[in-house]
Amino acid sequence: MLTQKDLLGLEELTADEIRMILDTAGAMREVMTREIKKVPTLRGRVVVNLFYEPSTRTRASFELAAKYLSADTVNISAGSSSVVKGEGLLDTARTVSALGADVVVLRHRAAGAAAFLSRYVQAAVINAGDGMHEHPTQALLDLYTIRDCKGKVQGLTVTFVGDILHSRVARSNIWGLSKLGAAVRVCGPATLLPPGLDKLGVQVFTSVDEAVAGADVIYVLRLQRERFVQGLLPGEEEYARLYGINEKRLARASDDAIVMHPGPLNRGVEIAAEVADGSRSLITEQVTNGVAVRMACLYLLARRETDDKFYH
Amino acid sequence: MTSFIIKKGRVVDPLHERVFPADVLVVDGRIAAIGPGLAGQKDTTVINAEGCLVLPGLIDMHVHLREPGFEYKETIASGTRAALRGGFTAVCAMPNTRPVCDRAAVAGFVLDRARAAGNARVYPVGALSKGSEGKELAPFGEMRDAGVVAFSDDGRWLADAHLMRRAMEYAAMLDVPVISHCEDPALSAGGVMNEGFTATVLGLRGMPAAAEEVAVARDILLAELTGCHLHVAHVSTAGAVRLIREAKARGVRVTAEVTPHHFTLTEEAVRGYDTNAKVNPPLRTAVDVAALKEGLADGTIDVIATDHAPHSQEEKETEFDAAPFGMVGLETAVGLVFSELVSQGVLTLPQAVAKMTVNPAHILGLEAGVLAEGAVADITLVDPEREEVVEPGGFASQGKNTPFAGWRLKGTPVGVMVGGRWFEIRPFGKRLPTKKKK
Repeated sequence: MLTQKDLLGLEELTADEIRMILDTAGAMREVMTREIKKVPTLRGRVVVNLFYEPSTRTRASFELAAKYLSADTVNISAGSSSVVKGEGLLDTARTVSALGADVVVLRHRAAGAAAFLSRYVQAAVINAGDGMHEHPTQALLDLYTIRDCKGKVQGLTVTFVGDILHSRVARSNIWGLSKLGAAVRVCGPATLLPPGLDKLGVQVFTSVDEAVAGADVIYVLRLQRERFVQGLLPGEEEYARLYGINEKRLARASDDAIVMHPGPLNRGVEIAAEVADGSRSLITEQVTNGVAVRMACLYLLARRETDDKFYH
Repeated sequence: MTSFIIKKGRVVDPLHERVFPADVLVVDGRIAAIGPGLAGQKDTTVINAEGCLVLPGLIDMHVHLREPGFEYKETIASGTRAALRGGFTAVCAMPNTRPVCDRAAVAGFVLDRARAAGNARVYPVGALSKGSEGKELAPFGEMRDAGVVAFSDDGRWLADAHLMRRAMEYAAMLDVPVISHCEDPALSAGGVMNEGFTATVLGLRGMPAAAEEVAVARDILLAELTGCHLHVAHVSTAGAVRLIREAKARGVRVTAEVTPHHFTLTEEAVRGYDTNAKVNPPLRTAVDVAALKEGLADGTIDVIATDHAPHSQEEKETEFDAAPFGMVGLETAVGLVFSELVSQGVLTLPQAVAKMTVNPAHILGLEAGVLAEGAVADITLVDPEREEVVEPGGFASQGKNTPFAGWRLKGTPVGVMVGGRWFEIRPFGKRLPTKKKK
């Protein structure tokens, strides 16, 4: 069982806890292959999806995961609630708590928002992305996908290419992969590499050819257009030239290397269409596995609550 | 005639770096005598200072009293009460109020309120530019005549180098120092903590040390050009210390201050997203802390000032990005100076005291900061052995925003005298009796 009430990040999880979530996700994956994709496990439980940042896939993934487990779900998103009236996260948290939520899934633009929320609600909080900090369920689904495809994580070399500075996906993956024994490389333009990554045991590159050489997994990060406006990069074409992952660059990786991306994609910028849609791409598997991993997280956290109530 | 006699204390003379046992006789708000075995008149109030240090009244030259305009954070009355409770007899009030203290009328208001409160003395700092907007010079002359002791756009750096040059020329003409909050906003934009490893892990936007150092370097060059006395506020980086040290060696008129939180804490205090550790300039690294201590020890840093910045609980109880910068400091400063600097041997007792008395007095042109016969009786009594756990609930300040809650600090102010008015700030009589040697 998980020792903590919440899932705020992979920094806080042990390797065993990560493995348990992945194993549980395997069982959930089986449920998803059934004709009737529904189990009564979380019947009568309430899952609130609280999204302060726009998101389609993560939100849909969590919602579907909760529904497959028969939980009742409520979606609250900025722009359609009192969030726009200036109600702070603290007030919203108290409201959500009073509504009887068992699990709150939070996506927020501020790093630490999930940790903040967790101090004020009894419900289990799942961090669905807090600023540039962490996005633990994304990293868990990535780990699941890698393990599913390669049979292991330990000993693999995983290279992240792109905007490391702003990426919560990279941060969560660095924790998760390191804990499971993979070697992590990151690569990007100097303006998009945060300082101090070497202290986490990560190898840092600015040359994509070097970073990709011999790697087992090439993980391409999304490049947001606002980075050009912010003066961090000269432009799209230059980025594609220096860092875009195409077949030629991919050829430097190991023979059975796989390609991943958290979506949504900018085809022709960070990733060439031929790679995104090619045989090594696991991008659609990631999406499917995401539902299973989120089912596992909901199950483990909501069940923990049930067990507490049972025993006390 | 009112008179006090402070008996059996140890007097600290920061000017001559001496500590000696002596009684201090105060008559009508001035020090009448300092020496052994003094006796007062029949009606002289005796203050038993046994085991205590008798210091010149401490001066905090960097305080945000928030009034006018932000009375929900702090008022002049509550802030000066906090000053007394922290052992300070005088504070400088920074001008970033609403309205900004950029004219005589606002400075006069601050002084009137301070007088009415009757706590610690208040010396207003006037804005460099109108509204601290960095566009037009504020009327320095009328502010000086109203009692302003320095000029600063604190909280903002005057980014327009030309305007800063003119401000410094004008201030030099009036012989008033310019206090600069050195931060190039183009480099620090969007940052909420120090740029580095911890910010990377927490996913928070960083403010690089260079944002401070670029600004320090420019202001030193302009001080050199204009002959103005530049005082660098809240120095926080090793590079800034080095720049100031080099400038001093070259003979530039530059002085500098450091806050207790910058010489005590590192960026690690932000872990857990503690908004009470969100401060500007941000808490830096262990290397910077070591450099700040070195700068204190070798005299590069002249002053210890708190940058007391009270905020309401609602403002701080929020996401880290959304919380305002700043922490309160008046009521923890003495404990931190004694625990982190004096006890650790970074500074001698007189050196530490100098940085909170004669040095700020000298920079600001105040006749204060020393204990001498005939001097105004601004006195602080500190019990160096007394330990106290920091409990924000007990603060006199309206602001409870401190990352030091729960810290046990050794060295506690127990009483202050402001111009002969005596404030017992810790219950003397109820002190535990010290163990008697048999």
